[in-house]
Amino acid sequence: MTTTDPYASSRETTEGRVYTVTGGDWDEFLEDAAGDEKFVMNLGPQHPSTHGVLRLVIELEGETVTQARSVIGYLHTGIEKNCEYRTWTQGVTFVTRMDYLAPLSNEAAYCMGIEKLLGIEVPRRAEVARVMLLELNRVSSHLVALATGGMELGALTGMTNGFREREEVLHLLEHLTGLRMNHAFIRPGGLAQDLPDDYHEKVTDFLKVMDKRLPGYDKLLTGQPIWRNRLQGVGYLPVDACLSLGVTGPILRSAGLPWDIRKTEPYLGYDEYDFEVPTTTEADSFGRYLLRLEEIHQSLKIVRQCLDKLEPGPVMVDDPKVAWPAKLTVSSDGLGNSLDHVRKIMGQSMESLIHHFKLVTEGFSVPPGQVYVPVESPRGELGYHLVSDGGTRPMRVHVREPSFINLQAMPAMSEGGLVADMIAAVASLDPVMGGCDR
Amino acid sequence: MTEEEKLVGSGKPDPGDEHSSAEHPEPGLEPADSTRPAERIPVVAGRPRRGMFGVDDAGDTSGYGGLRLPAYVPPAAERPYGDWFDEVADDLLEALSGKGIAASAIQQVTIDRGEITFYVQREHLVEICRTLRDDPSLRFELCSSVSAVDYGEEVPQRLHAVYHLTSMTYRRRIRLEVAVDVDDPHIPSVVEVYATADWQERENWDMFGIVHDGHPALTRILMPDDWDGHPQRKDYPLGGVPVEYKGAEIPPPDQRRAYT
Repeated sequence: MTTTDPYASSRETTEGRVYTVTGGDWDEFLEDAAGDEKFVMNLGPQHPSTHGVLRLVIELEGETVTQARSVIGYLHTGIEKNCEYRTWTQGVTFVTRMDYLAPLSNEAAYCMGIEKLLGIEVPRRAEVARVMLLELNRVSSHLVALATGGMELGALTGMTNGFREREEVLHLLEHLTGLRMNHAFIRPGGLAQDLPDDYHEKVTDFLKVMDKRLPGYDKLLTGQPIWRNRLQGVGYLPVDACLSLGVTGPILRSAGLPWDIRKTEPYLGYDEYDFEVPTTTEADSFGRYLLRLEEIHQSLKIVRQCLDKLEPGPVMVDDPKVAWPAKLTVSSDGLGNSLDHVRKIMGQSMESLIHHFKLVTEGFSVPPGQVYVPVESPRGELGYHLVSDGGTRPMRVHVREPSFINLQAMPAMSEGGLVADMIAAVASLDPVMGGCDR
Repeated sequence: MTEEEKLVGSGKPDPGDEHSSAEHPEPGLEPADSTRPAERIPVVAGRPRRGMFGVDDAGDTSGYGGLRLPAYVPPAAERPYGDWFDEVADDLLEALSGKGIAASAIQQVTIDRGEITFYVQREHLVEICRTLRDDPSLRFELCSSVSAVDYGEEVPQRLHAVYHLTSMTYRRRIRLEVAVDVDDPHIPSVVEVYATADWQERENWDMFGIVHDGHPALTRILMPDDWDGHPQRKDYPLGGVPVEYKGAEIPPPDQRRAYT
């Protein structure tokens, strides 16, 4: 073993000898380890195959994983606690930063929880626009699942194509909401502002692009023998294991249970839309890949229906005690104050100024009680448990994060298989560590 | 009393002070535990509040210094509950009596905003969960979420563990809640019934210091292993440093005025 390489050294510890391998030096390491092929390997938290800052500690016998444990918490930012020190409206800007691939799901579920606590209903246009944004977000999230999953398995063209298409979604979302990610666009009571005038044209253009490019994934990956061999029969998790471990979303549906909260407990008027919940009975990583691809098609179908359903109208509840007063506008640096509104409160109406000041600094009071609001995020059941004590700030914001729950299934999916299959299994779980660690 | 006496006061206490009307609240505002049976520990779900604008270090310039709001107590629901709630409650009680568990294992049932909450005694939590999962008329196959709430230092039994269960068969959701004292934060683990509770109970231990007895490996999960304290408790500070913005110093979020 080359002892001169500072990045591939070894040292003695109380637990045994610890090696740092850098690739290409595996034979030397085995020689040094005197042929004993049973060892504990650490992977991550910074590793290109672990789907974010996830750390995997695995016990190997040769190349077979005998035990696997995941170590999380590297991206814990205390968002839930932070929300307790902000007004209910300010919380949106925090929760949108949890699952950064599905920020709109977080915003929508959080706001739906507040609306349930307040007992208000959002206007029709806001509801339809939320559905449209949520489905666009689902498309972009599934594209990243395909892209990073492809990268982790060495399918680099899959990655570049996935990120290329996702860029189209982010570009569209930037046009619609003012920001590519972390939008804070869905607010308690509706939306921060109306969609831009040319939203119809932009979304239609986007749909055309996607229609043209999506078949490319079937050509590139679906029938490809290497892709199939890497994924088929890998990361197996049957339906009883899913239920016991609380796993939801595409993983549960790949085991054959058509459980999709959009269908089973429709929210935001999802029961009006015509779409399918695809399932497979393979319960493996390949089935999950096929499901995500099909769900992209179904989401685009919903977006098309949203375009027909969007009719002019208000996008915020008609309650000045809840509705954010500023009527924000999109400017070059994202959402900002509307000059008209600033002119009004600073120059014309003292009452408007007082009202603006009260609502922005004090916030609105939410009657005491607790609610649990689940939505179907791209990764499964995303639930917000909100508790109010009657004040203007939450008593508790708890997020049932699908990444956090689903990641518990990693050992069940990968123990007994090869290291390479564990990587494929984690990729098919599609955890987002920002959401997992919160 | 003359007009003058009214204006300058007549030796009466200041608003909110001792012997003021705050101690003789109007009907409906009295502290909740006085109306509850003595043997039952009240479920308090909120902190009492006084005053406004978060000012307590200066004279009462707001005029709201005497404002006192008692802590929120979730009202117990009365029969009939309506919807499917009666059915679930009846089936649960029947199944529990079949197992020899008294109806008092469920301390209180609350229905609020279309959601049903069972406040249960911790000794019977695991058996109640098992019944809810296995009984053919209940079938709560999925434990959606396990979390906890800390209602603040002045609240009796301030730590609540909250379980959200989902019946995929009947498409129903219920909530179980277990309240414990901070000095005795022990709640049995439901991992043997719902394996998904594993990490979530570890999070409860990590964030709230709730000890889920019987958990296979109750260690910290989000915070480092050697961390001191339980960050989501209300007496654990948020932390943060003051920042300067346009010449003014802005205190960290947990030291700013809270308009509650």
